[in-house]
Amino acid sequence: MTAIDRPSVRMPELAITPAKVAPVAAGVEPEPDRARELVFEIRDLEVRYDGMAAVTDVSLDIAAAEITAIIGPSGCGKTTLLRCLNRMNDLVPSAVISGKVMFHGQDLYAPKVDPAEVRRRIGMVFQKPNPFPKTIFDNVAYGPKINRYRGDMGELVERALTRAALWDEVKHKLKKSALALSGGQQQRLCIARALAVEPDVVLMDEPCSALDPIATARIEDLMVELKRDYTIVIVTHNMQQAARVSDMTAFLTTDVSEDGRREGRLVEYDRTETIFTHPADPRTEGYITGRFG
Amino acid sequence: MTAVDVTGPSVALGGPRHRGVRRAKDVAATCFMVLSVLVVLVPLGLVVGYVISRGIGILDWAFLTDDIPITDRTIGPGMGPAVVGTVTITGAATLMAVPLGVLGGVYLNEYGGRSRPARVVRFLADVMTGVPSIVMGLFIFTIWVLAFGFSGFAGALALGCLMLPVVIRTAEEMLRLVPAELREASYALGSRKARTIFRVVLPAAAPGITSGALLAVARAAGETAPLLFTILLVSKPNFDLFHGPNTALSVQIFKNATSALPGPQQRAWGAAFTLIAIAFLFTLAARLVANRFAGRHAA
Amino acid sequence: MALDTAPAPVAPPPPLGGGSHPPGARADTVFRWLSLAGGGLVLVILALVVYSTTRQAWPALRKEGLDFVLSDDWDVVKGQFGALAFIFGTLVISVIALLLALPVSIGIALFITEVAPRRLQRPVVYVIDLLAVIPSVVFGLWGILVLAPAILGFYQNVADAVSGVPVLGNVLNGTPVVGRSFMTAGIILAIMITPIITSITREVFATVPRSQKEAALALGATRWEMIRGAVFPHSRSGMVAGAMIGFGRAMGETIAVALVIGSIPTTKLQLFGSGDSMAAVIANNFGDASGTFRSALIGLGVVLFGMTLVIGTVAQALVGRAERRLGAVAR
Repeated sequence: MTAIDRPSVRMPELAITPAKVAPVAAGVEPEPDRARELVFEIRDLEVRYDGMAAVTDVSLDIAAAEITAIIGPSGCGKTTLLRCLNRMNDLVPSAVISGKVMFHGQDLYAPKVDPAEVRRRIGMVFQKPNPFPKTIFDNVAYGPKINRYRGDMGELVERALTRAALWDEVKHKLKKSALALSGGQQQRLCIARALAVEPDVVLMDEPCSALDPIATARIEDLMVELKRDYTIVIVTHNMQQAARVSDMTAFLTTDVSEDGRREGRLVEYDRTETIFTHPADPRTEGYITGRFG
Repeated sequence: MTAVDVTGPSVALGGPRHRGVRRAKDVAATCFMVLSVLVVLVPLGLVVGYVISRGIGILDWAFLTDDIPITDRTIGPGMGPAVVGTVTITGAATLMAVPLGVLGGVYLNEYGGRSRPARVVRFLADVMTGVPSIVMGLFIFTIWVLAFGFSGFAGALALGCLMLPVVIRTAEEMLRLVPAELREASYALGSRKARTIFRVVLPAAAPGITSGALLAVARAAGETAPLLFTILLVSKPNFDLFHGPNTALSVQIFKNATSALPGPQQRAWGAAFTLIAIAFLFTLAARLVANRFAGRHAA
Repeated sequence: MALDTAPAPVAPPPPLGGGSHPPGARADTVFRWLSLAGGGLVLVILALVVYSTTRQAWPALRKEGLDFVLSDDWDVVKGQFGALAFIFGTLVISVIALLLALPVSIGIALFITEVAPRRLQRPVVYVIDLLAVIPSVVFGLWGILVLAPAILGFYQNVADAVSGVPVLGNVLNGTPVVGRSFMTAGIILAIMITPIITSITREVFATVPRSQKEAALALGATRWEMIRGAVFPHSRSGMVAGAMIGFGRAMGETIAVALVIGSIPTTKLQLFGSGDSMAAVIANNFGDASGTFRSALIGLGVVLFGMTLVIGTVAQALVGRAERRLGAVAR
């Protein structure tokens, strides 16, 4: 595996110093108990749509250079939780978010915070690949263009596509429509598009659920490569996938509240090996072993 | 005989001896439907046929460029000023109505949604599509011509008012067809609303909007009543939209249709041929653009 | 040991607030207001239409009062402007047009949605669209120079055939000016409004849930019985809306009518005789009109606008209700 360089030209407003970091040099495995740099600190997060809680009482920390998986039965609020991390729930008018989401020590939902800025630094890949009906090149260049990137766009596009393990397949047809690619290629294009704006975090909402097993395997490999340089949070309904790729796993489930409504809750959050070998909560064990969900 | 499900469609079923009657009714109904289609084809064929047969004789370059003869007794071309008028006035109307209409459609679909003001605007736009063209002509007469005189621009205003609600509704519908995932992808990259609309949503909806706009232009080019009260009638081409009366193919046809003399009549047929050709061409172009749209979103 | 992977000289992490002016936010606001203006323009124009035309028509309206619509004493020289004959004429030709066009339009719409094989559907729709885009003035030209003279014989034959018959004999009668009559105008209008009625009813028919149609057919219904049982009940309000919209279009149609109606105002119901309509009389006389006469003509326009507005609003409300109901079912 080749080391992937960070580009030498950074985009404006994105230069941050990781505070107390123990980053990974190429080819070196991290020590198991190194200091975890926290990217997200979530406290008592609750999201209500039209007064009904979709997810409630969620507190967890997400660390850098790791893959964190969020698993659970359908309807337990996994996607809602994920979308809180880049303020995509703002787009839903009936959503009310309470609690705290700290990103590198800053409150994401503080009044003066610009959501567009948040989304530049916390990227997202969606369940169904959604490339723009433009050329492959223009898809990847879209984000940087918004950020008024003044450098060599061709080079940046190549870097992003390389990092998404798609360059070799499309380098000769960058001007072709993105819609002509296969499903798996489109998803990797969406990953490249997200990477092109140099985020710190990449959120993935069931990124492989619309893909065949081979494309899925390629993207899982890609995720493991990417975690060196990015923090990755993925939502998945595929437990085996979580077990394969993630370092930390959060298990959510639906609870029936006092007034009889279903709301999502965080049950357990621990290292992946722990969750899958000796989970603490019986509900986690029930889900893992397939007794429900 | 099974009982008929009361929650389903109501179907009268009789016994075997009714079957012949039922079959006969069915055949008659089918015949009626086919006949309806044929019935509507007859006038279409007749009108287009007559226009072509009586107009083609006079149609040549001189017809499209020569001045309109001053006296009705003259036989022969042309309709040059009317062609100029139709093109310039319809063009000006399009330039005004399409951008504003697209913006209105953007408001309805991207900003307004289901809110009360948006529903009012949507309703009024639908109502406005039903306003008779003559009323629009009278309106522009009262509000512009009385103050500034007859001009091609006044005609363009009237046509623009007719086109505006059509473009708005078309634009809204085409924007609604753009999938939400595209907008989400753009927001997730840190794009704001205006840029998302401009760079992602509008380009995706462009073929459909263009198709609708072309159809609106085709209709506007043939309008007569709004122009009657706004541009008057001249025999020489007037390239200045803002000063002085103008003319157009449609009003010329109207004027000539009541003449008993062969000269004006033939010029009217020639002008009708030109108008139909323009209208059909734009309709065809609209179809082609729309079909390309259908192909692109096949992914 | 901490390795510094940030090659550029670093500042402390910038606040996510982006200061007081996040980039691009101003353009966002401007665009939003522009779009709002585009939408609001509709309100402004409609309001202006009502206000401006009524204001210009006021002299004549004030003079005549309610007689404007109730009296048929229209005498320009004497300054009398009772417009009943024109309202009457407008309604007559619109009713004729609707009676002729509605069955044909429904037939075509049914053909397209239920009968036509896949490959025929598109071409038929295209052809109807072509009919829709032919300008009104071309229909008028054809009507006055081709249809009117040709149909005169037909009128004579029919009038002779029913001459003794009580009601019909009077209605199907009249001496038109070279075939320009209520009937001729009605026929031309019917041709012109068929495309719009077809289009609306076709859309409504297309939203009938397949399950309903299949249920009927599975019970052994013939196609016609299925249409009567599943398609029509579902589409009732849509068809009414389509008819109303077509009727409104017919009322507002100016040029074709002006050329073939004969321009002789009358309140006698003689279909083969000449008549006049609101839009036609405005179009034919506006050029030479001035003073109160012109006000009266504009007043006619206001009345016409009002009538089409009422019909259009009711029709839109019906369409809206039908759409909501269909939308709920289709989920």
